[in-house]
Amino acid sequence: MEMNVNATAAPARDLSVTLSGVRLQNPVIPASGCFGFGYVMAEYYDIDCLGSISIKGTTLNSRFGNPLPRTAECPAGMINSVGLQNPGVDKVVEVELPKLREVFHQPIVANISGFSVDEYVEACRRIDGAEQVGIIELNVSCPNVHGGGMSFGTSCESVAEVTRAVKAVTTKPLYVKLSPNVTDIVSIARAAEDAGADGLCLINTLLGMRIDVKTRRPVVANVMGGFSGPAIFPVAVRMVYQVSKACSIPVMGCGGVSSARDVIEMMMAGATAVQVGAANLRDPYACPKIIKALPEEMERLGIDRLSDIIGCV
Amino acid sequence: MTNIAHKLRVAENLRLTSRTWKMVLEADHEGIITAPGQFVNLEVEGKFLRRPISVCGVDGRRITLLYDVVGEGTYEMSQWPVGYVADVLAPLGNGFDPSRSGDSPLLLGGGIGVAPLYQLARELVALGRRPVVILGFNTADDVVWEEEFRQAGAEVYVATVDGSRGTKGFVTDVPACTDPARTYFYACGPLPMLRALSDSMPIGGELSLEARMACGFGVCMCCVVQTADGPKGICKKGPVFRKEELIWK
Repeated sequence: MEMNVNATAAPARDLSVTLSGVRLQNPVIPASGCFGFGYVMAEYYDIDCLGSISIKGTTLNSRFGNPLPRTAECPAGMINSVGLQNPGVDKVVEVELPKLREVFHQPIVANISGFSVDEYVEACRRIDGAEQVGIIELNVSCPNVHGGGMSFGTSCESVAEVTRAVKAVTTKPLYVKLSPNVTDIVSIARAAEDAGADGLCLINTLLGMRIDVKTRRPVVANVMGGFSGPAIFPVAVRMVYQVSKACSIPVMGCGGVSSARDVIEMMMAGATAVQVGAANLRDPYACPKIIKALPEEMERLGIDRLSDIIGCV
Repeated sequence: MTNIAHKLRVAENLRLTSRTWKMVLEADHEGIITAPGQFVNLEVEGKFLRRPISVCGVDGRRITLLYDVVGEGTYEMSQWPVGYVADVLAPLGNGFDPSRSGDSPLLLGGGIGVAPLYQLARELVALGRRPVVILGFNTADDVVWEEEFRQAGAEVYVATVDGSRGTKGFVTDVPACTDPARTYFYACGPLPMLRALSDSMPIGGELSLEARMACGFGVCMCCVVQTADGPKGICKKGPVFRKEELIWK
């Protein structure tokens, strides 16, 4: 697949954005959990066209995750309950990241989750030293594990505690990935900012559920799961707008993004970069298609520099 | 790098039994499917996730699928007219390894699991092997593809759970299944059948697993199985696994 995003646009439109000093050639980042550790996708296209990659949620120790089935769907989205399956941070650093480095030559986003403050701290400390990690994304919003993940992201106190503790042992910009499953996302975002977060990522999935009416049982073995896809895009835009107005640190917008126009809308709401999740699972070429379409969409909307529109609403 | 996104034209879409349909997809070039036992992932209007379906046979630019209509997505597929252009991801999955078969391999299919064994049988015959195929179904009305396997040059037996056709019982109840002359086995079918084969077969073999998938190409981790080498994605590292790799829980 030919991926020279600026070749056809004259004059060249500037797609680059900067997150806490980390410059991305464009704002499009596959979201954690929807792109594995990245290198598998390099079998299908040249992934160097991407702005960055947020790797599969990584924990201190290896995890098998939840029982199968792990997925369900609706017309405009899907539910997943993978449960943070990953080989553990040491294997990620020793095995997965070097494989990614062969096919992706830009800074990556390291998504880290945990079940205690100590686990978050230790996993972040171990991945912080990997040279290709540009940003650490603290996942306090995974809805699919008990006693960890989202339970850290639903109170201001625990978000602040884990943010502060991780910030103390890391050198890379620290972005906190927030859960939409809260009453007031602005107060959680402020708590992360006050505790030293360099940026925010939102939103993670909404807690959802489907039932098989023939068997009268939940479709997903873990009963509930994280709901993502185009259906949640308006929720994500709203929360990115609210949070970016209330906070002064950069935001990565995430949730239901499936087109270049969605990317632009999310940036107008206040996002500096935009993550693409479920769209990758339906169409493996979703991200390169979006990147290719961005200059044309910018031209249509009279945008020369993408970074000019951040938070313009 | 492989382009896995294709637009394929429906050349045939026929009902074979009360539940099973045959669809032939036509590409504009050959060589999309690279091994027997691979699958395709079909976009269905109104459904967010695709429908993964095993490839039954490949003839030049024509790819034959067998599928059961079990829900809204597969029902929608059954309504595609000839000429409909389907959005298809392929090739997906690793496929069977015909080189391990020995002289007289067993091919064991349960229900719609018979589908991917057909292309394998044809390739084994082409390699000069003598495949013995045992097809298991619930009842005589569900039997499909028996004659096609025979015409491909395989020795074919049928078992039905209710005894309305062939041997009464499961594929393992057919005497040819336990013949010591068998050198290797390949199986595809419901998980309980695969597990029983994994536990009982004294010879080496390969099993093609099925699971509810999201992506189908190895990134979401929604379909996994525990193996001796850690958890593996069924869609990408499988769907075919060697018997000794799998750890059943």
